[in-house]
Formats: sequence, structure tokens, C-alpha cells
Amino acid sequence: MNPTLKKPRESVDLSELTQSTFPDEVLEKVLSLVQSHKDRNSASLVCKDWYNAERWTRTKLFIGNCYSVSPEIVARRFPKIKSVTLKGKPRFSDFNLVPENWGADIQAWLDVFAKVYPFLEELRLKRMAVSDESLEFLAKSFHGFKVLSLLSCDGFSTDGISSIAAHCKSLTELDIQENGMDDISGSWLSCFPDDFASLEVLNFASLNSEISIDALERLVSRCKSLRVLKVNKNVTLSQLQRLLVRAPQLIELGTGCFLPDLTSRQYAELESAFSNCKNLHTISGLWEATYRYLPVLYAACASLTFLNLSYATIRSGEFLKLLAHCPSLRRLWVFDTVKDEGLEAVGTSCPLLEELRVFPADPFEEDIVHGVTESGFVAVSAGCPKLQYVLYFCRQMTNAAVATIVRNCPDFTHFRLCIMNPGQPDYMTNEPMDEAFGAVVKTCKKLQRLSVSGLLTDLTFEYIGRYAKNLETLSVAFAGRSDWGMQCVLEGCSKLRKLEIRDCPFGNAALLSGLEKYESMRCLWMSACSVTMNGCRLLAQERPRLNVEVIKDENSDDSADKLYVYRSVAGPRRDAPPFVVTL
Amino acid sequence: MSVPLEHDYIGLSETSLMEKSSDKISSSSSSSSSSVLNLKETELRLGLPGSESVGVSLFGKDLEDKNLGFNSLSNFTSRTKRGFSDAIDASGKWDLSINCRSEADGEKQNLLFSPKRSVEEKKSVNASHTSKTQVVGWPPVRSFRKNTLATKKNEAEGKTGSSNCLYVKVSMDGAPYLRKVDIKTYSNYADLSSALEKMFSCFSIGQCASDGLPGQEELSETHLMDLLNGSEYVLTYEDKDGDWMLVGDVPWEMFTDSCKRLRIMKSSEAIGLAPRAINKSKNQN
Repeated sequence: MNPTLKKPRESVDLSELTQSTFPDEVLEKVLSLVQSHKDRNSASLVCKDWYNAERWTRTKLFIGNCYSVSPEIVARRFPKIKSVTLKGKPRFSDFNLVPENWGADIQAWLDVFAKVYPFLEELRLKRMAVSDESLEFLAKSFHGFKVLSLLSCDGFSTDGISSIAAHCKSLTELDIQENGMDDISGSWLSCFPDDFASLEVLNFASLNSEISIDALERLVSRCKSLRVLKVNKNVTLSQLQRLLVRAPQLIELGTGCFLPDLTSRQYAELESAFSNCKNLHTISGLWEATYRYLPVLYAACASLTFLNLSYATIRSGEFLKLLAHCPSLRRLWVFDTVKDEGLEAVGTSCPLLEELRVFPADPFEEDIVHGVTESGFVAVSAGCPKLQYVLYFCRQMTNAAVATIVRNCPDFTHFRLCIMNPGQPDYMTNEPMDEAFGAVVKTCKKLQRLSVSGLLTDLTFEYIGRYAKNLETLSVAFAGRSDWGMQCVLEGCSKLRKLEIRDCPFGNAALLSGLEKYESMRCLWMSACSVTMNGCRLLAQERPRLNVEVIKDENSDDSADKLYVYRSVAGPRRDAPPFVVTL
Repeated sequence: MSVPLEHDYIGLSETSLMEKSSDKISSSSSSSSSSVLNLKETELRLGLPGSESVGVSLFGKDLEDKNLGFNSLSNFTSRTKRGFSDAIDASGKWDLSINCRSEADGEKQNLLFSPKRSVEEKKSVNASHTSKTQVVGWPPVRSFRKNTLATKKNEAEGKTGSSNCLYVKVSMDGAPYLRKVDIKTYSNYADLSSALEKMFSCFSIGQCASDGLPGQEELSETHLMDLLNGSEYVLTYEDKDGDWMLVGDVPWEMFTDSCKRLRIMKSSEAIGLAPRAINKSKNQN
């Protein structure tokens, strides 16, 4: 603000005019209302005052790559953090492409947080290495700790969860999902103190151990604010009924095993328990669900917006009947055992659908010729024009079908198509699937995330580079012909943040064409491509602010088997295991 | 820069591929080039008998289709039996059978092959391989989900051996021969008992009340007892442990999982198994 332009008021001191128009308190008050970390990052760049006001008012920290910054740097900049979200390993570690003990250990962070943020309340971790000792440390160091969410993490066991249950007296959320953990026993549930009543979210659906159903019942009875309860498959239907009558206020329910074991009276009781749950928006679990007991759900399905059947291999017949009761569905996750007929029913019954995920029931079977095909996808697109997010595993696809799909649903933001046979062409024309993904990027202007598959030449990537201007995440496997493909993407996709590539013929020329690009991205992963150590060294030399890490296979040649490149203000990793070579 | 061969599953590398494939295509279409013929002996094909030049390779790619620049014929010929199928093994399986289904194309070149056939041949190929390349992490299914599916499959297969049907022998005391039923085709005890009744009616299983049977588990179990109570027979089964059990005690699913064979036993022999049945039959006799 230029003081000479502003007409000074009479009693004002000239020196005041050199400061920001707003006093700090006002600026901080305004900025504290800004929630999105992206907006906050932008605000912090405006000027020094805004930077300071922002850092004093930020309470939620989101770190998409734990190695892009160090705990010390974070602690110096943000003094008042209450909630931390941390993501660690590259996404391909979910598919066993990253060796064990790669890193992303939470302990280094906890050590710093314990000193600087003793009032930390929330920790949400994804793909981090977490030990039982870390969990115990966490439970004992942060007295007001409320929220723990562990997704796709590994290294801990139910003993660590016991520490959390026993020591976190203010816990409101315990969300353990899909981790590589040791399921020793279900005794952790019994570690909650008898007077503990603050739980709002409890998700232990992916644990296998048996918990004490009595302890769970008592816990559920005490926690009047419980809104999310997802039990594991050892909880039977009759036990579920007893839980439901104690928690009719639930908004999200993950059932246990749906195997028949009820008398007719118990069946009626379960049905009535479900119909009393008037607020249910999400149902999941449903292990072993068959036609026999699915009808108990019907009464609760009227307001259902998210149905997660991705652990229930139900057939199209019972699926159709269930769907008829779910007109308000916005998100649906199913197995491909529902087949195309099931998906046709989705098209007719769920006009509000925004997200569809179809998982393969037999992804590794050679001689299975079922599952879903392109016609199921087309059928859904015809009936659900509001589709934005799709994840679709199939064994056959055509360019024409995809073109039809995106014509029906131009609002896709996430399009993840996995034709399970690598490099498979359009099965009707035998051509590459280039035109399919061309149609996707040309039609779906809002596309943020894309996963491609099937037989693809460089043309696909030309299309992506030319049209996918909002693309942020791209996953490529067994595709492309030459460096040109990757170059097109790096040059054209201005908003690209995450690029993960495996088994493609992209080499050093492609890698180095992105020299200008990588610092504006979160990360690049290339495995089983044609990149060599020399190429990686060159990249590392030219861009010292990038961490260029290579994991080599056992052969001694020059190929860089697994390359992981990411920007960092923390410098090279200090905790890299021997198999990770930082260049 | 050459793509490492073992990653070139389906002939993605263009340069080396194009030369070879154009050679091979011309040679195979003339069906007289020795460069292809000498490998034809070893190459597994699904062509019609008598057509030596035409056919679809086991690996699902159309040998004759010149449009395919990515024709992976060179894969086969340059590495004989290595190539596409190498990349498949027990854990990294792909479904090849869909690969080359061009229904509209009636030309000799594009042969439709039934998935079953390709599977059989593929299995023999796989059996003959000792070294295969695993495709780690494909399809991209998260480890957790993959493990859950594997456990589910093992449980299912461990129990029944096949998830689609379960034939068990049914013997009846006094009948000259046994029958076999697929207990998976029934969904509750009532269905099973009425089917057995029809099957063995020629051996006079007795008067069975065939009024409406309720669909609920518990009631149908006692009803089965009622059915057979009117006769001199009791329905029993041998479970996984080899013990003879009375049919109807456990939920239907548990029964189908553990039943190895059925026996329609004379109630006079059923001492200790179904006292109620014995009493009733005694009363009625």
C-alpha cells in the first residue's frame, strides 16, 4: 500500500501507513476462517504480514509427501498445529512395488510434535510406517489427543491400538483401515476405560481378530455421540442387532458377517433395528451377504448415499433387489460379480450416482471369462449423467464404448480405467485404445485424475498433453511407444502434480524433458522403464532441489529400475535404507 | 535405447519390433519362409486343422493382421516360448482369452477361439515352462484387498473344492443303488428333503406331509424331521471329520460346507441320533 497515494487522515501517524491496512488481530481473525490448505498457501505468499498471520493461525497441516519437508521446518513455521495429515510412501507401494523398510517412519515426526505441539489432537496417516512403540508414544505424549486415522500403513499391531485405547481419554475417532498390521488379538477393544464415552467414529472393519462383543456393546451404549461404527467380519448378525438398538443414531455403519444364523424372531428384530436407524447414509461390510438376509437392510436404504459392497461378492439377482431400495445413492462400490446386468440396474435405479467403483473379484485368474465388460459401463453412464468418479476393472473395452461413456457423462473428474490384461487392444477393432482416452480428455474438461490401460501408443499421450489441462494425477502402465509420449504429458499438462509410470518405454530423454517441470510437481515415479543411472544423475545435478532416488534391482547394469523424484525443502533423506540410492 | 526384453511383454518396443514383425508377417502370409516355419513346429496355435499359415497364436494376437504395428509375433519368434505367457504365472495372471475376439470379422485371419480352448492350451504351455516372469503389482489391487480375496477363495475352495457345485452320494438303507445330488442347488433343508423324497420315492420313503414349508431356517430344520418322522427313515450325513450327524441341526450354509455324503438311515438304526424321530415313528408304527 503506497502511503503517498492515500490521503492521510488528520490524526494519523505517517509510520502507521507503511503497515498493512489491517491490524494483525483482524488479519488473523479473517485468515483463521480459511480452511483449505491450498488457499492458505496462496495467502501466505501475498506479503510478509499475511505470511505471518497465516502461520500463526494455521491449525491443520497437510503434508502430501512426508519427505518434502522436515518436522523441524514445520515446527519452526507453524506454532499452533492441532491436526496433521501425513502421506508417506509412493502410491505404488500399495501394489508391492516398493521394498519393505523404505522409510516414512512416523517416529521422527512424533518426537518433534511432542515438544512443539503438546496439544495435538488429530493425526491422519497414509502409507506411513508406524510401530507399536510409536503408537504408545503418541498415546502418552498428547493428552488431548482425539483423532487417529491409519490408512494403508504398516509396522504396527493390535498392541499399539491397545495403547491408544487405554491412554487417549479424549479419543473421538479411531479409524484403522487396510493396513499391513499384525492382528494379534481383539483385546484392544477391552482396553477402553469403563468411563470412556467420547467416541464418535470407530472403524475396525479390516481387523481379523475377535473382539469382545460385550465390551463393544457397553462401549456403544456409553458413546452417545457415536456416528460411525464399522465392525469386522467376526461380528455376527445377532450381535449386530444388539449394537444397532444401542446406536440408532448412526450415520455410517459397517456390518459384520452377514451369514445366516438367525431365527425368524431374530430376523424380525434385526429388520426392526435397521428400520430404526433413520440417519444411515453409508453401509459397508456385508461379508458373505446373500439373498437371504440382504432384505433386512431395505428399510434403512431410503436415505442411503454410499453403499460399499466391495467386500461382498453378491450376484446380480440380489444386487438388483437391493438397488431398487436405494434411489438416493451417490456412491457405489461393488465387485464385478454383479456383472453387466447389475450395472444396468445401477443405470436405471440410481440417477443421482456420482461415484462408481467396480473391483475385480478374481483379478489374478487366467481362465475366468466373466466380470464386467464395456456394456456395463455404458449402461451406467446412460442412466447416471452426474458421474464424476469412476474406477473400473474389466477384461475388455472398446474405443467406441468409452467415447459413448464420456458423451453421456462429461463431468468426470476422476477416470480410472483398468483393462486387466496389460496392453490389450480394443477387442472389437484390434486397434489401440488411444481414441478412448482421447475422447476422455477432449470431453471431460474438469478431469483431475486419469489412469490409463490397454494398448496405448504415443498418441494417447499427445491427446493428454493437448487437452487435459486440469489434470493433476496421471497413472500409466504398459503403455506408450517412445520418449515422445512422456514428453507430451510433461509439456502439456500444466497442472500436473503426480506422475506415476511403470513398464513403459520412456527413457532419459523423456525424463530430462521435464527438468523445468518437476519442481512444480509433488513427485514422479518411474519403474521398469528405460531410464538409466546416468540420466538420473544428470537430473540430480541440474536440479539440486529435487531428491532423485533410485532403487536398483540386483543386476549391476546401468538401468534405474525404480526412480522416485520429488521436490523437497529438507534436502536429501537422512534415513534412507541402503537400497535407496540418492543421487 | 533398447527396452529390456523381459519387460517387453507384448512387443511394445517399436523399432526392433517393426522390422521383425514386417518380416514375419510377409513370411507367414506366404507360409513358405523358413524363418517362420522352423519355429512353427514349436509355436502353439489355435488355427483350424489344415491351415498352416492362418491362425491365432495362443497368445491371443492375430498373426495376420497387418494393421497391428505392435504385432507381437516377433516376441514369439525371437524368443520362442518366452514372451507373453512368461509374464503370466500363478500370481500375476491375466485373462488372455478375451484378447482377440473380433466377432464382426469373418475373415479367415481372425479366428474366434473359445476361451476354454485357449485356457487348456495355455495351461499346457505354463506347465512346460520352468522360468516365468512375475508381474508384480498388476492388476493394481491393493495388497489388503488382494489378501482378503485370497483368504476368501482359500476358504471357499478348502471347504467345497469347487465353488459351483457339490455332489454328494446319497445312500438309502435297503435301496439297491445310490444316488448323487448337488447340494449347492438347494438353498435350505426343505428343498433338499423334498428332492430326496422325489428321488427315493420309488423305495417308499413314506408318507410325507407336503404342505407349505416356511422359508426360515429354524422351522425348516424341524420340518425336515417332521417329514421323515412319518416314516421309518432318518436323514443323516457324514461330515468332514467322518462323524455321522443328524441333518438339520446347523444352519444350511454350515451344512453344505461340511457335508460329505448323505444317508437315509432306518430309524431303527438311528439310536442316539434322533430320539424324537424314533419315538414318533414308534408311536406311528
